[in-house]
Amino acid sequence: MPQMNMVQAINDALRFEMRRDPRVVVLGEDVGKVGGVFRVTQGLFDEFGDDRVIDTPLSEGGIIGTAIGMALYGLVPVPEIQFSDFIFPAYDQIVSELAKFRYRSGGEYPAKIVIRTPVGGGIRGGHYHSQSPESQFIHVAGLKVVCPSNPADAKGLLLASIRDPDPVLFFEPKRIYRAAKGEVPEGDVTVPIGKARVVRSGKHLTLVAWGAMLYEALDAANQAASQGIETEVIDLRTLWPLDIDTIVESVKKTGRVVVVHEAPKSCGFGAEIVALVNEKAFLHLEAPPLRITGFDTPFPYTLENEYLPLSHRILPGIVQTARY
Amino acid sequence: MSTATHTEYNKPSAGGSAPASTYTGPGLTPQHLSSDGVIRVLRDDGSLDPSTDPGLSADEVIALYKAMIRTRLLDDRLVTLQRQGRIGFHIGALGEEAAILGSTAGMRDKDWIFPCYREFAAMLWRGLPLQRYIDNMFGNANDPVRGRQMPDHYTYREGRFGSVSSPIGTQIVQATGFAWAAKMRKEELAVLVYFGDGATSSSDFHNGMNFAGVFKAPVVFLCRNNGWAISVPTERQTASATFAEKGVAYGIPGVRVDGNDLFAVVKATREATARAARGEGPTIIEALTYRMSGHSTSDDPKAYRPDNTLDAWKTLDPIQRMRRHLTREHGWTEAQDKQLETEFDAELRACVAVAEKTAAPPLESMFEDVFAELPWHLREQREELLKGPRAKGHGGGH
Repeated sequence: MPQMNMVQAINDALRFEMRRDPRVVVLGEDVGKVGGVFRVTQGLFDEFGDDRVIDTPLSEGGIIGTAIGMALYGLVPVPEIQFSDFIFPAYDQIVSELAKFRYRSGGEYPAKIVIRTPVGGGIRGGHYHSQSPESQFIHVAGLKVVCPSNPADAKGLLLASIRDPDPVLFFEPKRIYRAAKGEVPEGDVTVPIGKARVVRSGKHLTLVAWGAMLYEALDAANQAASQGIETEVIDLRTLWPLDIDTIVESVKKTGRVVVVHEAPKSCGFGAEIVALVNEKAFLHLEAPPLRITGFDTPFPYTLENEYLPLSHRILPGIVQTARY
Repeated sequence: MSTATHTEYNKPSAGGSAPASTYTGPGLTPQHLSSDGVIRVLRDDGSLDPSTDPGLSADEVIALYKAMIRTRLLDDRLVTLQRQGRIGFHIGALGEEAAILGSTAGMRDKDWIFPCYREFAAMLWRGLPLQRYIDNMFGNANDPVRGRQMPDHYTYREGRFGSVSSPIGTQIVQATGFAWAAKMRKEELAVLVYFGDGATSSSDFHNGMNFAGVFKAPVVFLCRNNGWAISVPTERQTASATFAEKGVAYGIPGVRVDGNDLFAVVKATREATARAARGEGPTIIEALTYRMSGHSTSDDPKAYRPDNTLDAWKTLDPIQRMRRHLTREHGWTEAQDKQLETEFDAELRACVAVAEKTAAPPLESMFEDVFAELPWHLREQREELLKGPRAKGHGGGH
């Protein structure tokens, strides 16, 4: 199997699916000739041409609104929003239109698009190139939300997202675009939406993470092991619909749960995960569930590494919860 | 709203009548419909201007007239049903029948329509059985949208007619995407998108026009300038002299048409469709008309416009003007009008009787179509609903 980074794996998935399915089109700011500001769509313009890899005017609302129209026509648009911080001009189209089309039309008009967008901090991008808005999309009925942590999952989940009948937000953790490398299966290999993966087994504590923070979680788990704490680490891969069974099964074994995410704490996705664990595994809990997250502030530039829930913040949380 | 505020808004009424020959922007008056540069076919005496006549057959003219009558009767009866508490809401087309039916009739059957929310007449013209529309008004089990939206938020895919939502302007950019996709697929068709003067202030109007201009998408943008966005008049939407001229900034030709003249609207729409079909891109049509009712059954226009505003507009009532034409050219009689009204009334009464007896959508339907398949959390919540207590008044509009 070839070695790839995340950027190459996503590019491979797009190329594979565009060759297989002529309905798939890519559109967005700078996605054409230059191949995207992160070069994720590099080379697609040369292979598929201006009608399938489209440089658009600079308007997120226009990109998503026209992509919905294309989907209603019968194409399968995969628009790119250059940074998820800039997705909000399209929020009305995503939340009021895309997410609701199938429902509000009594099933007559399913609108299926996959929105690819880089997410998260760690590139010294300041407030407007670092945020993690996933919970703002999970909270509205009708959207699936995916966030891979490695190249093989990125390819497999993107292929699955494009073929899924529902609209998908595909968050790409930009901090690990090139840092995460690994073997990626060639050809048509999908990873199912809605399935988490246990990436490290342990009996003392369940640690839930996704995207770039998975590596911080693993780092902290390895450090905790030297203190005799065996941490089970779950990579969610799909945020919504959540694979609650995998989490609950693990918590029933460990009795303790810690959730890590970059987004602000209050009303973040961790709050939902903790509430579900309380509802479904309360009598198995031996310690209060803990969230280790970004703070309820705008995302800071200079103090980025103090804001992010990196391993130095996760480790004490693991120890505290394990020894409660 | 105080009279003083209204007067300040509506400069033409404050300063007497607006100039007849120029449409200078502030306000919309009946004179604007016959001002320079506004396409008009139907003359005051009911004859047609041969230089602009689109050449509809007698059968087409009579069918469209009947559709206008049916639309007005539906508006009248649906408002009554709402006042009686039998339906929850209605948003009508009173005074805008020619703008709506003329534009839809100006499209070809293969063309698509993206509605705003005032175009039930266009949907019925495309062939939706009246019963389905009335089912939508009652939100019952046979409602095309399964009781999930307010009345008048319909859908009719079979008739190439889109799905209505409430946010303003969102359909404009979607129509552009649809038309652009057809162009990319080298399918020759055009897309008609409806919106009001208020929607031209939305970001999606800008997005839709800009993308359509850049990619030469085959879209016909139909702005029903009816003078009002709920209580806010046109001069509070724009400082442009016209809505059609907004096209200039996007490289899109704009035309202005007497929107209370069915023939003029057909002509303008046909020309815009032909342009789109030739690959020459989009057109914006500003149909000058007037919202003779409130915004919806939830609105009382007496709060912001004097009753006598309507007097002048009644002389330009699109149905009266069509009737003059039919009387003059086709020997139409008052008895025929009476017969039509009787027929349509009977048809509607029968549909209402059926709709009122039809059950509400089943409880489980609340959870369907959120996703293609039910995920675990919706299965759990469906169980919670089914096993839980029932709300008082379960059954929606019944």
